[in-house]
Amino acid sequence: MTKTSPSLYDEMLNADGSVRPAYAGYCKWYDEQPPDLLRRKGSEAEAFFRRTGITFNVYGSEDAEERLIPFDMVPRIITAQQWRKLQRGIEQRVRALNAFLHDLYHRQEIVRSGRLPARLLKNNDAFLPEMVGFTPPGGVYTHIVGIDLVRTGEDDFMVLEDNARTPSGVSYMLENRETMMAMFPELFTRVRVREVSDYPRRLARSLAACAPPAFSGKKPVVAVLTPGIYNSAYFEHAFLADQMGAELVEGSDLRVENGRIAMRTTRGYLPIDVLYRRVDDEFLDPLTFNSSSVLGVSGIMDVYRAGGITIANAPGTGICDDKAIYSFMPEIVEFYTGEKPILQNVPTWRCAEPDALAYVLDNLADLVVKEVHGSGGYGMLIGPTSSKKELAAFEVKLRARPENYIAQPTLSLSTVPILTKAGLAPRHVDLRPFVLVSPNGIDITPGGLTRVALKKGSLVVNSSQGGGTKDSWVLDD
Amino acid sequence: MLGRSANGIFWLFRYLERAENISRLIEAGFRMALTRDASDASDEWRSLIVTLGLQPGFEARHGREYTGPHVFNYILRDRDNPGSVLMMTEMARTNARMVRAGITREVWESVNDGWMRLRDALARPVTETRLGDVLDLVRRQSTQVRGAMEGTMLRNEIYNFARLGSFIERADNTARILDVKYYVLLPSVSYVGSSLDNVQWENVLRSVAGERAYRWLNAGRMDPRGIAEFLILDGRFPRSLAFCYSKLRSNLASLAREYGGEMHAHEILRDADCQFHHATIDAIFEQGLHEFIGTFIRNNTALALQIQRDYRFID
Repeated sequence: MTKTSPSLYDEMLNADGSVRPAYAGYCKWYDEQPPDLLRRKGSEAEAFFRRTGITFNVYGSEDAEERLIPFDMVPRIITAQQWRKLQRGIEQRVRALNAFLHDLYHRQEIVRSGRLPARLLKNNDAFLPEMVGFTPPGGVYTHIVGIDLVRTGEDDFMVLEDNARTPSGVSYMLENRETMMAMFPELFTRVRVREVSDYPRRLARSLAACAPPAFSGKKPVVAVLTPGIYNSAYFEHAFLADQMGAELVEGSDLRVENGRIAMRTTRGYLPIDVLYRRVDDEFLDPLTFNSSSVLGVSGIMDVYRAGGITIANAPGTGICDDKAIYSFMPEIVEFYTGEKPILQNVPTWRCAEPDALAYVLDNLADLVVKEVHGSGGYGMLIGPTSSKKELAAFEVKLRARPENYIAQPTLSLSTVPILTKAGLAPRHVDLRPFVLVSPNGIDITPGGLTRVALKKGSLVVNSSQGGGTKDSWVLDD
Repeated sequence: MLGRSANGIFWLFRYLERAENISRLIEAGFRMALTRDASDASDEWRSLIVTLGLQPGFEARHGREYTGPHVFNYILRDRDNPGSVLMMTEMARTNARMVRAGITREVWESVNDGWMRLRDALARPVTETRLGDVLDLVRRQSTQVRGAMEGTMLRNEIYNFARLGSFIERADNTARILDVKYYVLLPSVSYVGSSLDNVQWENVLRSVAGERAYRWLNAGRMDPRGIAEFLILDGRFPRSLAFCYSKLRSNLASLAREYGGEMHAHEILRDADCQFHHATIDAIFEQGLHEFIGTFIRNNTALALQIQRDYRFID
């Protein structure tokens, strides 16, 4: 049904064109469908998304106030066996991340032991001095984590990025499944796929398990804090609040009252126990951080430190998203778990180190270079697709502030077919599983969000830069 | 629920109601204009702009030339007119997005779907040929949202705030139409029912979608007192002031039950409500129809403000 390049790992097809076991059930179904079915369903799905308002906003693009993230109808399929291994690896990594955060904001044993250079924390905006010496309720720092995985071979999954700050995209995971089930109900009777729809319930339970010391009622009051309707992920904030039965609040709804954070309801001010905030650290408290912020609540950090509220994720967790810290994750996992990491990092050169910098400068055209604090695919260089001029310009930036960059090889990311005008065609994908952490344990929803680069040959999967999404299946045993 | 959400839902339904009423007004105005000569038609269009309180904005834009296409395009789609149907529908949708977690999927989808259709329909100037379709679209959206509400929303405080918004707005709209047309309904001593008067009266009814109901109740006899009575006091007609207030009463009563007590708004409502229990149309005409309506509009606005204060819509 599709041609793959022999040097790339295609998740559906073997190099000889035969179907891999993960896709056996799907391909059998696919072959029995009338040729135009998927394309027809594709436009149905788009109309469905527009009507339901599943959109995201792109900052800085004027005409497109709300855009759809393109959805591709061919699922991304992972076998039960592959998933078990991923699950173990993710759990280990997330455990390590939480232990690491606790250590960073307390004794910093990992720095004392010489495994992590102190310079990574110095002058790093993501490291919050306000968190030093404070332990969040239940000892949980990252209530919600997204671990971005890429694949290069049958058993070769690697971590590309950790998202410990405020990972987004889970609403797409849920809506994509809803859409697939609505479009192809009979497919799900033929292929057994593990459920994802109870994620909001699990999230609510997980958050409620982290109530602060001041909580005294029967059931903790959970609220989702959004920057408002013009935020790119507003749909997701509203969606999750709705699904959890929680209030969706903005900074202007909140104030400090009797040592608690309270929301203005029609019955008066009501204290919140757990605040799932989708506002960055910087904007959380104008008294402590960015004083011009209107998105947060004045005084929330004082209330937090006094045990009046739980903030999820805890402020200061963004340090784990730092790509220089990322490059030390193998050491971090081993330091806190005493085990070898199950999931590998993508090989990474830290440009702060002179040898690495020399190598990176010599091989710039073959590498991907990223800012250590960057996200969303912005501010990065993809060597192989850049012009001489772009490479030269980037070299200047790199030499000026080498510590601001890391470099990675251009990976041959695995491909999964998407539906194009000319039929199925392979495109590069990644995977972001969503992980919930509470004192009761670590809970990983089977699958996650598959992002796909829709342009042929492209490796950039970010939705802000022309990527799309797929439904992600973990097969039942 | 959040005060901000209550405010959002209240205004969502005010905007939808207003958009719907505006479309009825335009339709009635259009019909009138069609049956008149050019200068009377222009008067008719002008009175429409006056009813909606858009005179300064309109004249800044088009001068004193009240042609049909100028008027209905200004009311329907002018971006500089904050009270245009397009802006209203956009604000309704923005509010719906804001309170997304408080409304059902069906309600959200009908708001969003209506907005998408209307935005497309109003992307270019509306011609007289297209006017009917566009107005139809506006009413259809309102009807759809109402249907989705009725069929899927829990009967709780959210529903009550939505209904309060609808009926505060509807009462205001009916009253404003009466206020502008009251002279048409004033029976004078020298009154002789001409066919022109009949058309005028019917037009008043038409602008609140009441022509059929009135005819049905009155066996086709048009008389100004009867029409005023029907629009003000007839509790069976869903756009009459009395009907709107009976709905405001029942929704505020539900809130009082749910919240375990009455607020200041309940008091104001009781006072305002009296006028329908004891009033007769003769007494109203004696007091002066214009004065009666003026007082009504002021009290209605005061009630809306008090609801917003009592339930902490804003800080």
